[in-house]
Amino acid sequence: MTGESLADGQWHRLHPMTPLLRGGIAFVAILGVILVNLRDLWVDIILGPVVGDDGTPGEDEPVQWLLTSQWLGLALAVVAVVLFLVVFGFWLSWRMHLFRVTDELVEVRSGVLFRTHRRGRLDRIQGVNVVRPLLARIVGAAKLDVAVAGQDGNIPLAFLGSKQADALRADILGLAAGARGGQATAVAAGSGSIIQDRVAELLAPELDPAAAPPASVVQMHPARLAGSLLLSTTTIIALVLIGVIISIISATGELVVLVTVVPILIGLVGVTVQRFTKSLRYSIAATPDGIRVGYGLLSTANETLPPGRIHAVHIHQPLLWRPFGWWAITISRATTQSMDSSGNRASTSLLPVGDLDDVRRVLGLVLPDLADDTESILAGITGSGEAGGFTVSPPRARLVRWFSRRRNGIAIASGALLLRTGAVWRQLSVVPLARIQSVSLSRGMLARAQRLAAIEAHVVGAASSPRVGALDEADAAGWFGTIADRARTAIAEDRTHRWRADAADAAPQPVDAAAQPVDTAAQPVDTVAQPADADVRQDAPAEPAAGGPA
Amino acid sequence: MDEPIETADLVDRAVGAGEWRRVSPKYVWVDLVGSAIGWVITVAALCLPAILSGLEWLWLLPAPFAIIAILVIAFTPRRVRAIGYRMRDDDLLFRRGIMFARVVAVPYGRMQLVDINRGPIARAFGLAELKLVTAAAASGVTIPGLPEADAEQLRDRLVELAETRRAGL
Repeated sequence: MTGESLADGQWHRLHPMTPLLRGGIAFVAILGVILVNLRDLWVDIILGPVVGDDGTPGEDEPVQWLLTSQWLGLALAVVAVVLFLVVFGFWLSWRMHLFRVTDELVEVRSGVLFRTHRRGRLDRIQGVNVVRPLLARIVGAAKLDVAVAGQDGNIPLAFLGSKQADALRADILGLAAGARGGQATAVAAGSGSIIQDRVAELLAPELDPAAAPPASVVQMHPARLAGSLLLSTTTIIALVLIGVIISIISATGELVVLVTVVPILIGLVGVTVQRFTKSLRYSIAATPDGIRVGYGLLSTANETLPPGRIHAVHIHQPLLWRPFGWWAITISRATTQSMDSSGNRASTSLLPVGDLDDVRRVLGLVLPDLADDTESILAGITGSGEAGGFTVSPPRARLVRWFSRRRNGIAIASGALLLRTGAVWRQLSVVPLARIQSVSLSRGMLARAQRLAAIEAHVVGAASSPRVGALDEADAAGWFGTIADRARTAIAEDRTHRWRADAADAAPQPVDAAAQPVDTAAQPVDTVAQPADADVRQDAPAEPAAGGPA
Repeated sequence: MDEPIETADLVDRAVGAGEWRRVSPKYVWVDLVGSAIGWVITVAALCLPAILSGLEWLWLLPAPFAIIAILVIAFTPRRVRAIGYRMRDDDLLFRRGIMFARVVAVPYGRMQLVDINRGPIARAFGLAELKLVTAAAASGVTIPGLPEADAEQLRDRLVELAETRRAGL
C-alpha cells in the first residue's frame, strides 16, 4: 500500500488475492479433494507398498497402473501443464482487470478472451456498497460495488484492500457529490504486523468512526429480530407444511412424504437463519454523503446511499407484528442488481424491524423535515381520518373499502407525498415530491359509476407504483393538479444531483464545463438526508484548489 | 346520484381550462382496422366448433364475444375522441379512455427519451404514434394517431423542452 489515492484517474489493478477469493478457492478445494482421495497412494509411496492384499488393488487401480507403466512421465507432464494453465489463466485475468476513477466516471476493463469495458457516470451513482465476505475479511480484502441507475447497473470492484476500499468509497462519493477539492483520501499505512492489522479490522465497528458518527440511530434487539422473523409468512408456511405432513403420516402411515417436504423445511429454516444473522448487526447512520446502512455478522456489507437516491419509502406492518407495534421500512431505488454469490446485495430494506420511534429516526435520515412533522407522520403511519391534512375516501366508498375507508388517504407534508392505505395491513408510502416521475389520475367502470378515482405516483424502481384508490373524483382531480404543480417546483429546486456542489461552489473554484448548471444562490436542499452545509470532510486537504483541474 | 363528470372536465376544473389537442380523426380507421382484425379472428375461431359439429347450442360460445366486439367497434369513434394531450408550461398532460379513463402528467424534465413508431396500418393513413419514456416504468404515455409531420414536430419540441428543464432522476 503506497499511501496514495486510487481515485487519481490512473488505471489500477485489484488486490493480488483476488483470483484466490473469486474462484481460486474452489480450484484449491478440488485439488485438495483429489489428493485426499488418493490417500492410500500417498501411504504406499511413503511407507512402501503394503504387501499382502495384492488380490484386491482397490479403487486406485488406474493410478496404480499408471505408476507402473511407461506413461507416468507424460501423465505428470499433462497434469503440470493443466495446473500451469489454470494458474496462469487466473493470473492473466487479474493482470487484465483494470479500473480507474476519474472526476466524471468509474471505468472497468476486464476479461482475457471476451473483453468487457464498463463505464459509469459518477453523477448517476445510486449507492456505494462495501461488501466483505467472510473469507475476504480474513485476508483483509473487500469488494466495492458502485451502483448506477439501471437494470443490473452495478460496477463491482472485487477485490480491493479493505482500507483501500473504504478510502475509494470516500473518494467516489466526494467526486460524485461535486465537492471538488475534497478528493485524495490517502490510504492509511498499516501499523504493526499483518496479523495485528487483520485482527483490528475484524473487530472494528462496521461504520468507520472517522467517516460517520459511531452510533447507529437504531439499535437492533436480537429478541425483537428473532420475534419478527418467527412471526412472518415463512413461519406460517413452515407450520402449515408440518401440519400437512403430520396429518398425512398419521392417515396413511407413509413416511415417503418426508423426503419431499424435509428439504423445503430445511430451506425455509436456512433462509430465516440467514436473514437473522444478516440483520443482527444492522446499523444505520447519517454521513455527509448520505445514509450508511450496515448489515451482516460474518460476511458484512455496508452501503452508502447518497442524498436524493431514495425514490420512495414504504413503511408497512405485517398483520402478525401489529400486537407488538413493529414496523418495517423498504425503499425504491433506481438500481437493480443480480444477486451475487455472497448473498449480500444492494438491499431495498432500510429497517428490517423496529418500533415507531425507530421508524421515525430512520425516516429522519431520509426526510428530516417530514420526521419533524410529528402530526402528519403519526397520522400517516397509524392514524385515520382527516387528521394531519389527509384527504380520505368519501362515505360512499365503503362499498369498495370495507374497513379502510377512513384510513385510505392522501396528503402532502414537508415536501413529500404521503399515500396511506390499508386498515388491516397498514402501509404508508412516502414519495419525495422531487422524485416523482409522473402522476396519473385513473378510474375504471365501477369507480366511474361511484364517482371515485385513483391517484398514482410513478416512481423509479417500485414494482408497483404507490397508489391510493377510491377517492372522491373531485378530490382526486384536485390532488392530481396539486401534485403536478408541487412536483414541478420541487424538481426545479432539487439539488441532490450533485449534493455537495453548493458548498463547493461557495468556495472559489475553477468552473467545470461538465458540471450541471447550479444556482449560485446556495439553495437549501430540502429533501436530502443531510443538509449540504459546510460539511467539508475532515480528511480533505487544507487548500481548497488542490483537486481542481489545472 | 349525480352523473359522473368526464375526466377531462374534472382535470380542467382542477388545473384550469386549456386546449386539449385531439388526435387525427383518421386514427378512428386505424383503430377500427386494428381491433377488427383481432376480433374477427377470435370470433371466427370460436364459431368453428359450432360449424364443424353442427350442434346449435355451441353458437353460444362466440355470441358474447361477438357482442363485445360490436360494442368495442361501435364505441371506437368516441374512444378516439377522448384521446387528447395538452402542453402546459412545465408538463405534458395526456388522457385517454372513457369507461377506463386515465390522465397522466409528465414534467418535461422527466422525459428520458421520445420514440416515434409507425405501424403498417397507421403508415397507410400517414399517422404515427409518439411514446414518452420516463425513468418509471409505470408512466406509460403513448400518443397515437398523430400526423407524421406533427409527430416529428412534437418530438423535437418535447426534446427541446426536456433539455431546458433537465433534471436528475
